[in-house]
Amino acid sequence: MADRVVVDTTINDEETTVLCEPRQTLLETLRDTLGLTGTKEGCSNGNCGACNVLLDGVLVNSCLVLAPEVEGRTVTTIEGVASADGLHPLQQKFLEHAALQCGICTPGFIVSSLALLEENPDPSENEVRFWLAGNLCRCTGYDKIIRAVLDTADAPQAAD
Amino acid sequence: MQSFAFEAPTTVAEAVELLAERRGEARVLGGGTDLISQLQEGRRTAELVVDVKRIPELTALNYHPDSGLQLGAAVPCYRMYGDPEVAAAYPGLIDSAELIGGKGIQGRASFGGNLCNASPAADSIPAMIVHHASCLIAGPGGQRTVPVEDFCTAPGQTVLEAGEFLVSIAVPAPPARFGANYLRFIPRNEMDIAVVGAGASVVLGSDGETIEQARVSLGAVAPTPLLVAEAGDSLVGKTVSDEAIDEAARLAQDAARPIDDMRGTIRQRKHLAAVLTRRTLTTAIARARGAKGPQHG
Repeated sequence: MADRVVVDTTINDEETTVLCEPRQTLLETLRDTLGLTGTKEGCSNGNCGACNVLLDGVLVNSCLVLAPEVEGRTVTTIEGVASADGLHPLQQKFLEHAALQCGICTPGFIVSSLALLEENPDPSENEVRFWLAGNLCRCTGYDKIIRAVLDTADAPQAAD
Repeated sequence: MQSFAFEAPTTVAEAVELLAERRGEARVLGGGTDLISQLQEGRRTAELVVDVKRIPELTALNYHPDSGLQLGAAVPCYRMYGDPEVAAAYPGLIDSAELIGGKGIQGRASFGGNLCNASPAADSIPAMIVHHASCLIAGPGGQRTVPVEDFCTAPGQTVLEAGEFLVSIAVPAPPARFGANYLRFIPRNEMDIAVVGAGASVVLGSDGETIEQARVSLGAVAPTPLLVAEAGDSLVGKTVSDEAIDEAARLAQDAARPIDDMRGTIRQRKHLAAVLTRRTLTTAIARARGAKGPQHG
């Protein structure tokens, strides 16, 4: 076994030090070492988007990031999306539109949609569909998810 | 996943030293979208993974209208289309940056990694070839430069020798009345691997009609992405016409030597090589005449 390494990073605004093997992915570290199981494992090869997180604000598949790579960087997971006051508007809209069934893909969709609205607060349906092309959902048929994202963009609180 | 050691050097010289010490047992990590998946699945092995993203040259993205683009080998796709100057100067490169994987992949995947992975179907390589891009390689013997069209030698194989790694890609500044495009055929709308890819670039004369320079490149029709020099050469000196474009498309089709596999047949790929060459040349010419905006399809 290769030597373990100490990684200092910031996860959901909290400074975190984690001891990990270089071969651990960020996804494994979040789930298995830190107990942040909101981020889901789907395909583990970058196709499904269930493990999407923000790395320094940029959308990435955490299954394709090695834990030591996040040294000195900031990670935002689904656990960092809601505030102490309640759900994020995106999460609320996912509930209102019943934009989930089994829920495995949902954290990835929320984080990915968050990155979209950050960059483009008023996307067209086509832009939402292309942006979310890297997130797979086998339950909903996508329409409800797309509507939830578009409705969040239209709602006044999205500007908060 | 298999165990390995991890290093994140901050200079090219340190990286060369690490890679040279471990020879074949070290792997270079850029965005990791190919490497980490290959290590997970045992398709590649490593005793040492060298993350090169802490080396400034590897993440540099510098554009100057005179000297062109210096594209660090680990610059992710999203930074290319997110840079207004780069996006305006190289719409033909942006075509491929925007269609490699989904947004999460584009947050990590780089053109340099696409080159080093050396897939015959790599989307960025034909686009770089038609832009006359070249690769800056560092190794124990110093630095050397290789044209992009000569970088891949077989599926998954490159000119990189033990201890060497790709530092950056240089793309010349686009001359006046230059236009380029890349497109691919996939059975879906997005998130797929090219059945055939095609890129083209042209430089038009001041009349906007005479073709002064042209390049055509094909992906997924041979063991490596191809520069089809004869297709580009056939256009030089000609006036833009359907006949001239058809002739270049026929030459590109002749150069294609695809295989049958799960993504397509030889017959389909030969057909696509001509169709896509015609379309990509048409878009490159329109852009050389000043057309703006992305081309989807």
